[in-house]
Amino acid sequence: MSATGTTGSTIRGAASGVPVIRSLPAWLVVLIVPVATLALWELAGRAGLLPTGLIPTPTMTANAWYVWAFGPDSGGFNAYSGTWGGVVANSAQRVAQGYVLAVLIAVPTGILIGWSAVVARLLDPTIQSLRPIPITAWLPFSIAMFGIQDYGAIFLICLGAFYPILINTTHGARSLDQNLLRAALMMGASSRVILFRVVLPNALPAIFAGMRIGAGIAWSAVIVAELVAVKSGLGYVLWDAYYIGRMDVVVADMASIGVLGFLTDRLLIALEHRLIRWRYVR
Amino acid sequence: MSVEPGGVVKLAESAIELTGVTKIFGGANPVKALDDVALTVAQGQFVAIVGPSGCGKSTILNLVAGFEEPTAGSVLVNGAPVAGPGPDRAVVFQEAALFPWLSVWENTVFSPKARSRPEGEYKEKARQFLARVGLSEFHDHLPAQLSGGMKQRVGLARTLVMEPQLFLMDEPFGALDAQTRIDMQELLLSVWDELRRTVVFITHDVDEAILLADVVFVMSARPGRIRSRVPIDLPRPRSIDLITDPTFVALKREIFNQIRHEASAARAGAH
Repeated sequence: MSATGTTGSTIRGAASGVPVIRSLPAWLVVLIVPVATLALWELAGRAGLLPTGLIPTPTMTANAWYVWAFGPDSGGFNAYSGTWGGVVANSAQRVAQGYVLAVLIAVPTGILIGWSAVVARLLDPTIQSLRPIPITAWLPFSIAMFGIQDYGAIFLICLGAFYPILINTTHGARSLDQNLLRAALMMGASSRVILFRVVLPNALPAIFAGMRIGAGIAWSAVIVAELVAVKSGLGYVLWDAYYIGRMDVVVADMASIGVLGFLTDRLLIALEHRLIRWRYVR
Repeated sequence: MSVEPGGVVKLAESAIELTGVTKIFGGANPVKALDDVALTVAQGQFVAIVGPSGCGKSTILNLVAGFEEPTAGSVLVNGAPVAGPGPDRAVVFQEAALFPWLSVWENTVFSPKARSRPEGEYKEKARQFLARVGLSEFHDHLPAQLSGGMKQRVGLARTLVMEPQLFLMDEPFGALDAQTRIDMQELLLSVWDELRRTVVFITHDVDEAILLADVVFVMSARPGRIRSRVPIDLPRPRSIDLITDPTFVALKREIFNQIRHEASAARAGAH
């Protein structure tokens, strides 16, 4: 699995590499780099090569993560004990809300921009001039607008996920093969039928490409929002733990974000394979 | 065989009538694809249009289909001017143009479904047409799972289901291998013998044109004009064996001469 999640996209035969590695089973090859990285990190920590008390080792992180997730709810000295599930739920809920909102707005808008030159002229200039503003720059505006509460985070997530979904959907709607459009027209399809039964299914692969990029941005956006504008969730804990010197929790938090982002992407891929079966059948 | 220059033949009730049709594609370098084309197709006639690539033969088809508008002149179908594409004129495309997200069956019944016809009206008919093209067992397959010939069979079946006034075929077998092409030609011949609907068939394959058509129009290269009209008086039902028949060979020689003459004229004109 590559970072973009496009599995099996390497050119067969072109990947030569070390003969010893080539003779190993695939699952073992996949594990080499992560296991080696963790092992080096652990050894470096134990040898005192990392800033003492600041950078935890993998085992310290794993311990902190375990207590954070499964420790007793009132952990006494450890304010984080047993709170992981709730923290994750807070962030995940915001991501889900902002993201679903983004999909609901971006997909129909993108289809209409791609389909109609008039709608494109009407909306495209505004969207293109707002797009270069990074979501981090929207933070003060978002706090001023929504205060320190969920709406600010949902706004930022929605905004961040909106652009890639919109642009990919527009591209997908525009990429309709002229002959498919002509085929639909000669078979007597109305504009409505063409929009829903030709343009939309044709755009689905592009929509999913945008949704996967958007999901990544949604997780970035929730962390940014929680660092500053909301008092709960993984982003809040990240900063909070840093302030009280719990770097083991900081690293466990980072790892949690990575895992959740990865799982979100896997979920979208599974959904894509279900919805766009025609693209994967051979 | 008599060749009538210009191909203008007046018939009482013509299925297609092009008069003084000129088509110029605009842009930075405007291209005159068709120049003063006149062409008449009688009801129930199978017409083939042959010519070198770029001679505008597909443009004629696109004008009749309503995909494009003439720059000058009139395009009449059953006496009425063409105003955009419609299910009375079914098109079979070279690359099949099936919807990749729909099964063979859903592609076949796309037209009646898109027009919200009641299922009872087309279901049995569509099933028969799918059987007619030999794809009953591929009902649930997706286009990606079909060979080029099978895709084109679906492309044909979905137009048969439409029961159109006329069929417009734009080099439908041009991308197929030799054996599949022969199979498809024989299928089309036998289907046409049953239906006897008006067909305009675009091809650059002279054998194919003679084998299938009642009349072959030979076009000249840019700007596209109808050079001649060659009636094909071969008995029906026809089969692929016909291509060694002396009459067939004579017709082929005649049409080749037209095209060769055309090509040398074009070269002379270019100097």
